[in-house]
Amino acid sequence: MGEISIEGLQKRFPDGTLAVEHLDLAIGEGELFVMLGPSGCGKTTTLRCIAGLERHTAGHIRIGGDLVDDLRPSERDIAMVFQFYALYPHMTARENIAFPLRAEGLRDADVGDRVAEAARMLRLEGLLDRRPGRLSGGEQQRVALARAMVRHPRAFLMDEPLTNLDAELRADMRAELKHLQQRLGTTMVYVTHDQVEAMALGHRIAIMREGRLEQLGTPLEVYDRPATLFCARFIGSPPMNLVDVELTNGALTGPGGLAIEPPAGLVRGVRLVAGLRPEALDVTDPGAEGTVAGRVVSEEMLGDEVIYVIETGGTDLHVRMPPTTHYGSEAPVGIRHAGGPPPVYDPGTEQVVA
Amino acid sequence: MAVRVEDAVPVEATARSAAPPPGRRRSLRSVVEIVLLAVLLVVMLFPVVWMLETSLKEGRDVYAVPAKLLGFDVTFDHYKDVFVQRGGTGASDLAVSFQNSVLVAGLSTIIATVLGVPAAWAYSRFTLKAKRDQLFFILSTRFMPPVVVVIPIFLMYRDLSLIDTKLGLILIYSAFNLPFTIWMMKGFVDEVPSEYEDAAMLDGYSRFEAFHRFTLPLLVPGIAATAVFALIFSWNEFVFAVFLTSSEEARTAPPAIAGLIGGTTIDWGLVAASAMVFAVPVLLFAFLVRKHLVAGVTLGAVRR
Repeated sequence: MGEISIEGLQKRFPDGTLAVEHLDLAIGEGELFVMLGPSGCGKTTTLRCIAGLERHTAGHIRIGGDLVDDLRPSERDIAMVFQFYALYPHMTARENIAFPLRAEGLRDADVGDRVAEAARMLRLEGLLDRRPGRLSGGEQQRVALARAMVRHPRAFLMDEPLTNLDAELRADMRAELKHLQQRLGTTMVYVTHDQVEAMALGHRIAIMREGRLEQLGTPLEVYDRPATLFCARFIGSPPMNLVDVELTNGALTGPGGLAIEPPAGLVRGVRLVAGLRPEALDVTDPGAEGTVAGRVVSEEMLGDEVIYVIETGGTDLHVRMPPTTHYGSEAPVGIRHAGGPPPVYDPGTEQVVA
Repeated sequence: MAVRVEDAVPVEATARSAAPPPGRRRSLRSVVEIVLLAVLLVVMLFPVVWMLETSLKEGRDVYAVPAKLLGFDVTFDHYKDVFVQRGGTGASDLAVSFQNSVLVAGLSTIIATVLGVPAAWAYSRFTLKAKRDQLFFILSTRFMPPVVVVIPIFLMYRDLSLIDTKLGLILIYSAFNLPFTIWMMKGFVDEVPSEYEDAAMLDGYSRFEAFHRFTLPLLVPGIAATAVFALIFSWNEFVFAVFLTSSEEARTAPPAIAGLIGGTTIDWGLVAASAMVFAVPVLLFAFLVRKHLVAGVTLGAVRR
């Protein structure tokens, strides 16, 4: 009953801005669905259309099978959490959480039970009598989550809810949010521009760009095989190495003669771009078997791993290595491709071809 | 600051022998500050004190040379003359003009606020066609000094029978205050996250109810600050008032007070007294909303 279907969604603002050009999505019951993209890609507008805060200019939105195009936000049986929490500043945490229930006209005893239940799940019991101004950012966001869940809505809509928290708290809240969604089993649509958050949370990720869907898939699908060069640049840190390659005699050759295992189905004689993840490359001593000569441009010791930038054949490549390796800046090294066949793109269309 | 004790002590000792201790130095500085501030205060307030004294002096003391700063006979006759007809019991012409001023300034401020606040909210919240151009147009109506447009407005008002009416002044002041109110309030509305309204709409309120119940209370400081400025403009306005009104029934206080100067003898005591009375309402209003005024003027400095 909490599935959301979007057909041919389009949103054009009165000033002519086309925020969402065309979007089809089918979000399953109980799914944690992440919409990911840079600012201005239409992800927040899509979410606001689902919530009913914006009226889309074309297409249809269904929640639990019901057409909701012309329903008011409150009639859609959904709850939303905002980046700025949007807690009413003149009410205590308890009143904030109870507010949607009171607006529905629920009896006082039931309101008390539901608020207590939500407060317990989000560990807010000691904070219920404080005003939002006296709560930390993380506590405010937990109150906002509690306010969303007391209604037992058909779906949660999350608009970058963790963006305003500091890094450490963000990781904690991310885990808490995922756990909460699993326990409640409620459909959740989560909007973010943070690819780490998207990878960590989503059952499926929709990557959006300029009002269109760029790729839809599970986190691993999106990571292993980005559908376009845009997705390849967006997912992963450090990002995928996108290198010009040539197909000769059934073998792919990269910068400096780097040999890459070719995927099946490549057409000869076309200019191609291969996407090499940093962990699919190996840095070795110079002259080792199957390597090409390179030079260390920079070396970042991160403790659990080392990120090298290796120059070979005029191209800089990011390489992720275990912390046991150490070469030092400007050292001559060998580099080879170690993973399976990488995704290969047509630089003209920017689409994956094999 | 990681300073080791052994390093720190000799440095402090030499400093103490070279300069007076920090406590003495601070008190010296504050004495200088107080003296400078006192001088500034005297310079700034002298004209006001002069007016106040003139308004309380007998007619002959006003012209006394050298001026009597202290030790003159205090009289409230001038203040009585401001309100009551000389030698009669009815309200004086000045009192009528003060009533007119209160009515014109108050109503025009209310009209500008009632129309301007929702307009500012709409400009802040909605994407509109050519929004920037519209806002610039609204602001541009304030570029023109009143004296430039007063003749055309005079001619229009003559055809509309608005010459020498309080309604005419209320309309023109509202028109002048509206752009200012929209621009100033738009800044305040921008500061209130629109998520409050979104959340309220999800909780079952209409867009306008959401604005009314959640955003509007947060805008009160901004509205107070804006209204004070609008009120001060309408209260002090002279050019339109002097051109568009002529009779005592419609005339506001600024031209009425100015009208006291001229003729063969000038009753400086009455001029001073009416000027003092004229200053009181705005001061009083600003004092009443001072809490909101400070919050309003400093609102933009708060990071949300």
